[in-house]
Amino acid sequence: MLEMENKDTPTRIDRRKSLKWMASAAAAAPFLGHDVFSAGDAASPSISRGYGLDPDMVKVYNPGELWPLTFSDEQRQKVTVLCDIIMPADETSPSASSLGVQDFIDEWISSPYPDQAKDRKLILKGLDWLDEEAAVLGAPNFLSLEFEQQTAMCHELAKSAKKSSKEYPGSFFLKMRDLISGGYYTTPEGMKDIGYVGNVAQIEWNGPPPEALAHLGLSEEDQLQ
Amino acid sequence: MPVISPKEVQSSYDVVIVGSGAGGGQTAYTLTMEGLKVLVMEAGRMFDPIRETAMFHPPSVAPLRGVKTPDKQYGFHDCSIESGWDIPGEPYINASKEDKRQFAWWRQRMMGGRTNHWGRVSLRNGPYDFEMGSRMSAGPDWPISYDDLAPYFDKAEMVAGIFGDSEGLENSPDSSPGVLLPPPKMRAGELYAKKKTAGMGIPFVPIHRAVLTKTQDADRIPAKIHPGNKKAQKLLADNMRRRAKCYFATDCHRGCSIGAAYDSTTVHLTPALNSGNLDILPNAMAREVTVDKNGKATGVTYIDKVDGSEHHAKGRIVVLAASSQESVRLLLNSKSNLFPEGLGNSTGLVGKYITDSVSSSFSAQIPAFENMPIHNEDGVVGQQTYMPWWMCKEQLAGKLDFPGGYKLLMVSGRKMPNLNAGRGYDRYNDDEEILYGRRLKEEARRYYGSFQGIGAQGFMAPNDDCYSELDPEVKDKWGIPVLRFHWKFSDDELKQVAHQQEMMAAILSEMGGRFSRSPETKNPIKAVKHGGRIIHEVGGAIMGDDAKKSVTDQWCRLWDVPNVVVADGAPFPNTADKNPTLTIMALAWRAADRIVEDLKRGDA
Repeated sequence: MLEMENKDTPTRIDRRKSLKWMASAAAAAPFLGHDVFSAGDAASPSISRGYGLDPDMVKVYNPGELWPLTFSDEQRQKVTVLCDIIMPADETSPSASSLGVQDFIDEWISSPYPDQAKDRKLILKGLDWLDEEAAVLGAPNFLSLEFEQQTAMCHELAKSAKKSSKEYPGSFFLKMRDLISGGYYTTPEGMKDIGYVGNVAQIEWNGPPPEALAHLGLSEEDQLQ
Repeated sequence: MPVISPKEVQSSYDVVIVGSGAGGGQTAYTLTMEGLKVLVMEAGRMFDPIRETAMFHPPSVAPLRGVKTPDKQYGFHDCSIESGWDIPGEPYINASKEDKRQFAWWRQRMMGGRTNHWGRVSLRNGPYDFEMGSRMSAGPDWPISYDDLAPYFDKAEMVAGIFGDSEGLENSPDSSPGVLLPPPKMRAGELYAKKKTAGMGIPFVPIHRAVLTKTQDADRIPAKIHPGNKKAQKLLADNMRRRAKCYFATDCHRGCSIGAAYDSTTVHLTPALNSGNLDILPNAMAREVTVDKNGKATGVTYIDKVDGSEHHAKGRIVVLAASSQESVRLLLNSKSNLFPEGLGNSTGLVGKYITDSVSSSFSAQIPAFENMPIHNEDGVVGQQTYMPWWMCKEQLAGKLDFPGGYKLLMVSGRKMPNLNAGRGYDRYNDDEEILYGRRLKEEARRYYGSFQGIGAQGFMAPNDDCYSELDPEVKDKWGIPVLRFHWKFSDDELKQVAHQQEMMAAILSEMGGRFSRSPETKNPIKAVKHGGRIIHEVGGAIMGDDAKKSVTDQWCRLWDVPNVVVADGAPFPNTADKNPTLTIMALAWRAADRIVEDLKRGDA
């Protein structure tokens, strides 16, 4: 009786995927029995041919779904190498490339929004620069270099980026470092690596464990509010 | 009575409310519980917090890792739709070109309004905040005192569900016993900050927030809220039982699908709808309040955003709760032969005296927080503690060069990483190169969670330079004239910001913090956040006890047209060092009680 007739688009709910990390939220939904506040209606004009002012927030999005991607195979491979250099696998966690961060970079530079459009220029130019620099070393292109050579080239870029964050091509490497590391740490695997263990439903919140208090030179007495 | 379209709008209502946020929701709740027939119109669409909020999604499943874009201006998973500083087709104008004279206006076009996107900080205005004129010569006094609102604070808190503690602090009031839910335990960094700053004489206490740390007492509270009203008691009890307590995970700004965090839809509109006394009309953009030949309001003309058609809803009383400046705009656009300058504007004061939280921030890296043993410190995610203003006495004695205080909000901890999580560590080493590779991963583990930010939010008295008016030319996409804002911080605000900067740096120094810049003590205009940016803007239809110097009376009724009530932040004569939302609810409840009385007496 209280449903909004004709104002709900059924496909909207159907296409929502049920997510592992939503399991706990779904389990609690019966607490809130009302189904009056059903989903939306009017189509949202986008100011940018992006996802619009009223996107489905619950849906899982994959790169390439909302706007076409940019990278050629070769560009994608170059970014994959950069992912392996900037966020390699180590004893505790996987590499950025194994988590598909290169696809996020492609999504980023292909975005219709103005902030990312600025990065698009810098990144595409920088990817060309890698080949030009490889040519100086007598190689056909960046991808034909050994991984050690590729890493050494990046190391030089990392040095110039430290000297000046604005000067190209160091600025290109800094941008890739920021985006690849950020792309990495925003995945569940990356969160685990950096030491974020939250975002799980808990029955109680008990405050910090004794070892965290000890780390700060605090005692349980300090915990008495 | 349900969610309806324009053709289902009834021929007349007791009360027509424009807006569905904290003010509109609270008013609708109070009135429907008393049996009045109410229509709530909202410019946005219906929104279901249960099905539509992405509480647990990592940024990796959002477009662009969830960063802010022009379409989602607080990030992809933020619980805001059709909302923003800039909305296509809905412009506003700034009169000045100067940077710090810009006013930024957040609009939230969805059911529940801004309560969907809210930190849930719920602090009461204190006794001094109502009398800053007589106490500090800082703007007008309110026409009411703290004691007038105290019972409404208690009721609003019990219904919304607020955690916090009683501290006995000067001008940061406690609630009555049994009203508040228990505060969450402090995080490691909060305990550290508390200990390190203990010698500075600054209180470091649990904040008050609208988050259920415990399920509400549905057996006891409803009878206290609605004595002698069995139906209302049952509606409230049922709604309380539907709400789960906090999961101690995920940011309230994403919205809450379990009802643990307050939003107007979950807490106010649901029981109001279930009462059978409420119609909700979404997608209705109010254009003007109509009046009859005797100067009495008759209802609201609105545009159905679905097809652009114009309609009218009749009410014996009209309540404006569209957000302070949207209500101002409605009043100014309600021109008629009787009221050529707009409704309630015979004094020319509608739009005048906008105030906002005076805000700046400062941050540091805290070496003691490095390499912290890995643990979950989500807690209630976001604010758990704060430093309420502690220098009322010094201020009264004239020892400070600005009139009102500020609170300090601590932001720290091992929060969910965002796209910036791998950057910002380069300055803390002597490496020849920026961090990358295995070394970046090691350093990120070391520094993650070691950054401490502090945000200050302070008092602002009204001044002649901060106001809004109709722009003579520009109209929105429905042809409705838009607002033009004027903004200028006075010396009082800038002196306060200099003090904020100095104190925040001192606190972070006590914690051993390393700064990446100096506090802006000499040049506070650089540090102060733009007007509107904190989304605490109030005023524009200020209340008073003199009809010549104010727009509404103490019950938020227009002096000129008493059957129009302004139930959002617009009647605030100043901005306290507290967030406005809880005071909006308390004022709205008090105004709604008066509406019930007026209608019973046939005064309206």
